[in-house]
Amino acid sequence: MLSDLPLFPEQASTGAARVDALFMFLLAVSVFFAMLIFSLVLYFAVKYRRRSEAEQPRPILGDVRLELLWTVIPLGLTMIMFVWGANLYFTMASPPADAMEIAVVGKQWMWKFQHPEGQREINELHIPVGRPVKLTMASEDVIHSFFVPAFRVKMDVVPGQYTATWFEATRPGTFHLFCAQYCGTAHAGMGGRVVVLTPTAYETWLSGGATGESPVAAGARLFQQLGCATCHRADGPGSGPSLVGLFGQTVRLHSGETVRADEAYIRESVMYPTAKIVAGYQPIMPTFQGLISEEGLLQLIAYIRSLGGGKTGTPS
Amino acid sequence: MNPVVIPRAHYLNVNYGIKAWLFTTDHKRIALLYLASITLLFFVGGAAAVVMRLELLTPQGDLVQSETYNKLFTMHGVIMVWFFLIPSIPAVLGNFLVPLMIGARDLAFPRLNLLSWYIFALGALFTLTAVVTGGVDTGWTFYTPYSSTYANTHVILTVLGVFITGFSSILTGLNFIVTIHTMRVPGLTWSRLPLFIWAHYATSLIMVLGTPVLAIAIVLVALERVFRIGIFDPALGGDPVLFQHLFWFYSHPAVYIMILPAMGVISELIPCFARKRIFGYNFVAFSSVAIAVLGFFVWGHHMFVSSQSVYASMVFSFMSMLVAIPSAIKVFNWTATLYKGSIAYDTPMLYAFGFIGLFTIGGLTGLFLAALAVDVHVHDTYFVIAHFHYIMVGGAVMGYLGGLHFWWPKITGRMYPEGWGKLAALIIFIGFNLTFFPQFLLGYLGMPRRYHFYPAEFQVLHVMSSAGASILGVGYMIPLVYFIWSLRYGAVAGPNPWGAKGLEWQTSSPPPTDNFAQTPEVKEEAYAYGPQEVHVV
Repeated sequence: MLSDLPLFPEQASTGAARVDALFMFLLAVSVFFAMLIFSLVLYFAVKYRRRSEAEQPRPILGDVRLELLWTVIPLGLTMIMFVWGANLYFTMASPPADAMEIAVVGKQWMWKFQHPEGQREINELHIPVGRPVKLTMASEDVIHSFFVPAFRVKMDVVPGQYTATWFEATRPGTFHLFCAQYCGTAHAGMGGRVVVLTPTAYETWLSGGATGESPVAAGARLFQQLGCATCHRADGPGSGPSLVGLFGQTVRLHSGETVRADEAYIRESVMYPTAKIVAGYQPIMPTFQGLISEEGLLQLIAYIRSLGGGKTGTPS
Repeated sequence: MNPVVIPRAHYLNVNYGIKAWLFTTDHKRIALLYLASITLLFFVGGAAAVVMRLELLTPQGDLVQSETYNKLFTMHGVIMVWFFLIPSIPAVLGNFLVPLMIGARDLAFPRLNLLSWYIFALGALFTLTAVVTGGVDTGWTFYTPYSSTYANTHVILTVLGVFITGFSSILTGLNFIVTIHTMRVPGLTWSRLPLFIWAHYATSLIMVLGTPVLAIAIVLVALERVFRIGIFDPALGGDPVLFQHLFWFYSHPAVYIMILPAMGVISELIPCFARKRIFGYNFVAFSSVAIAVLGFFVWGHHMFVSSQSVYASMVFSFMSMLVAIPSAIKVFNWTATLYKGSIAYDTPMLYAFGFIGLFTIGGLTGLFLAALAVDVHVHDTYFVIAHFHYIMVGGAVMGYLGGLHFWWPKITGRMYPEGWGKLAALIIFIGFNLTFFPQFLLGYLGMPRRYHFYPAEFQVLHVMSSAGASILGVGYMIPLVYFIWSLRYGAVAGPNPWGAKGLEWQTSSPPPTDNFAQTPEVKEEAYAYGPQEVHVV
């Protein structure tokens, strides 16, 4: 019977225990104050119950010391909650530099994943235990939200931009994957599972099945197909800036501003090419809206990143 | 004057007929027009919840289809938020009591008050038409681009209803602010105002300042939907997260529109049934204003995983922690008011006890949602559903019912049956906790909200919740029956059956159309219960 009545979620990521620790602190403070209030109310209600209709208790105006006491103590406690929560939240928003990158596309009503080696999955994500995994996520339609309760991880997937989250699984197993943001008719069905494998099992899984192109190879193919290579030449001056060594670098714009060449910047440059013009170039690039899918765009970015330049951008 | 006789002439029998009601400018009759309308809407919204809870008895989606389920929770939310909770205490009890409590003969703008009700009714008509002609499936939050581009249901009709009813709220708020400023009787200084009036003053500020932003947000959704103007849909060059900022800029303060008036009610009930002056009057009064002001700067805590900047999230988390403090101050002061009181357990006081318990749980669980990293996990789960039902139902509805029982003798001149009243209060308290406490557990386990079907391991908790909902449903039906029964058979109440302070108890029950035979004068502080020499601890 008790197995039918779970009371606490499984912990399966490095972050889960940290979130639960803060949760337990909140719970302890809450239980303390709730019990304090309940027992005082109950005690007063019984002790000072009206024994005769003639009772006229003497008024008590208030007490500033008490008011200060029950202002300052809760304030102090909430500040601890604030700092603790913010600290963890910043960790959640900063994926480790060596994280393995998986591209995620949400659409009504499925999750699509692509591994760095090229494997694609739908509604199922296989990952190795003990290795940080960073998800770069895009939506093809409405807002979705990637939610794995066992990892205490949730991040909205917003159309028109990239969002990211990361986690490091701590034990093999199969865990629920949910869409947490209401996204239409089959919202409740937009889920699946995250399968955490031991490193060797993950390698075996990777080598099994149809591998297909890696995102970088697919991106390189798209780069040729869409004609990007005509202007963005690898060997130097073309009508557009060369993209070799671009990723993660700071780019000087025509307007005099600078911008970091991260996923969001490249996405914007493909979809809205006139939004940010690189200094020294003309606004002649056509938009690729409608010509490239969200997955294609993620592959293109993987290719551009493979051309060197350095670090992964962290959308925030 | 014999206290147990209904006065010969009062606002209810001054004239009869449908016209006398539909063209009335008497704030007390308008309050009853609101009471009838929102009671009807409450049971419509409740019916949607009943079907949802029945569906959720089993993990499979077997009672209704997903589309229907999505329409049910949307209808439940839209009706309960805009057509029940927001008008509930202000438009019914506030309308009836604000003039009476400050010794005025009506609100400052009586015809504007009637117009507010017509606007409300028109808005409700639009939204109900949307429901009857096929429904809407966006959720009450109307998130874009789903609402503006992808939904194929009656979005325009519904948002138009919400847009229209917003003006009713703005006008009521305006009316209260002007009335409280200009129409207090001699001697009724700001520091002697009943806390119910302070709470309504703070609420009115939010109504007037916040509602226009909601109106703008939903007009923009309609413009994008009809004319394809790119505001929120990225495919048209818009930003979907912008909608969430605009929506929550109103809709978070809207929670305070629901809870502040209920706090005002509780601040009346506790002194009366403890026969004690409220402990820390100034702190309780100013905490209402503090909640109203701080409440405008916390909206981003609905957006911690929305792609909002992490620094913005940090500020919103900080502000959300701060807004918890004035609520805590109120709870401590109410508790302290009980100390050395003379406490009676009449039905309104049972609701006040219920309010303190449920609101405390609702408030404390709000801290979990304000703490950034924990919110990431519980956001958009049943934890959130449980939290806001503890505030809006455990808090606002308990306050509303407590107030309705307390002032029922004033409104109708008759008492409700006390035994049934206590029984219903107990059933509602038990039913409520059984419905919503398991949802905290479900939420932390990871059960997402707005799910038509769910993994089997969540079933036991869902069954508990549905069982609680059936008890709660019965609990709500009992007062409906005995309130109607009491109109004819209830004991005659007399002007002041509770021995309560406050100007509304100095006139007859029901009051005459112009409220007071003679303009009263105030010579004492609020809640001057007990002997008049003051004891300081």
